[in-house]
Amino acid sequence: MTEKFEPKITAFVCNWCTYAGADLTGTSRIKYQSNVRVLRVPCTGRIDFMLLMKAFQKGTDGVIVSGCHPNDCHYTSGNYHARRRWMVYKDLMDFMGVDTNRVTFSWVSAAEGARWAQLVNEVTDNIRNLGPYAEYKELAVAGIE
Amino acid sequence: MEALKQKAKELLQNGDVKAVLGYAVGTAGVRRPHFARNPKQVDALVLDEKCTQNLATYLTKHEVKHLGKVAVVALPATQRALLQLVAERQLRDDAICLLAVDGGEVKTLSSGAEVEQHLALKTDAMPAADKAMIEKLMAMTREQRWAYWQQELSRCVKCYACRNSCPMCYCEHCTMDCNRPQWVPVASHALGNLEYHMVRAMHLAGRCVECGECGRACPVGIPVHLLTFFAEESTAKQFGQRAGHTAKLDYALSTFKPDDKETFIR
Repeated sequence: MTEKFEPKITAFVCNWCTYAGADLTGTSRIKYQSNVRVLRVPCTGRIDFMLLMKAFQKGTDGVIVSGCHPNDCHYTSGNYHARRRWMVYKDLMDFMGVDTNRVTFSWVSAAEGARWAQLVNEVTDNIRNLGPYAEYKELAVAGIE
Repeated sequence: MEALKQKAKELLQNGDVKAVLGYAVGTAGVRRPHFARNPKQVDALVLDEKCTQNLATYLTKHEVKHLGKVAVVALPATQRALLQLVAERQLRDDAICLLAVDGGEVKTLSSGAEVEQHLALKTDAMPAADKAMIEKLMAMTREQRWAYWQQELSRCVKCYACRNSCPMCYCEHCTMDCNRPQWVPVASHALGNLEYHMVRAMHLAGRCVECGECGRACPVGIPVHLLTFFAEESTAKQFGQRAGHTAKLDYALSTFKPDDKETFIR
């Protein structure tokens, strides 16, 4: 492959904080790398680990999961529940040998437009250095789908 | 053994229970589950070190629930599983009747509280070999762990024996059987296998009673129980609660503390 590798990043963000934050990045005219595909969900509590699995299954190179800071959840406690789930899921991914460097968890509020741009840039650069997630992609190729 | 049979007969004769679930000798000397529904059938019961299966699995099945109250010959793992089933409101506290054999003596445990008390006397849980294996895996590099699991899981034929033998996998509609959306590829290829086992472990995190039944049930000898053990240990370490020790327990992943400590969220 002679083409330069451009990572595909999937971002699962909550409607109330990070999505609004990403919106602010745009309205503030802050530029950031276009590798990220933003998927808006109602709340981080909605981000099931199977969504992350699906993203890797479909060939993403990195995942960002982001929502409201603790204490700021629109639904009071969605992010607390999500946090517990991620704590276990991250451990389990690591135990099964999935590259946890490719999954970034973050809190980005609606006021942190600049922070969102910075986060995306950091993650994109990081994944670009790591290269395509060949291990997982090979699995998908070996499969029927 | 005689004391156990005696007790079982008593329970059946008095009409306290409709059946006694224990072990009997099956084909080629294996121990298989045995439902004794009258005193005569009690004679087939055996209990020795070859009896390993976690019988709690059967108690949530429709057929067994329809029988009425069932007494169960319960190993410590079965007792833990029962407590967890009560905690998850799959069994009623008053539906418990456990026959715990302790050095020739048969104890009847008939409530969650009694089982808790009985279990508190036991030293716990995970077999040393499994613990050592998990430690060994954690000492490896990530790439080595990946290779290890890919190697192991390549044998998986997705027979779902690990799911079906698990006392905690009682859902009538399992995600694995859901095809709209098709979360996990059905076929037992590398991707489908990895994701199936990941989902299974995640769904048992905070609920696994560490009986190891999944690993024993696996027809191709994949140590799948290490995954659920690990997930359970991770929950226990991070949230300070364990499944199978109390009849009143909130599911670790559907509760939270505002000050849960993690190290990786930016």
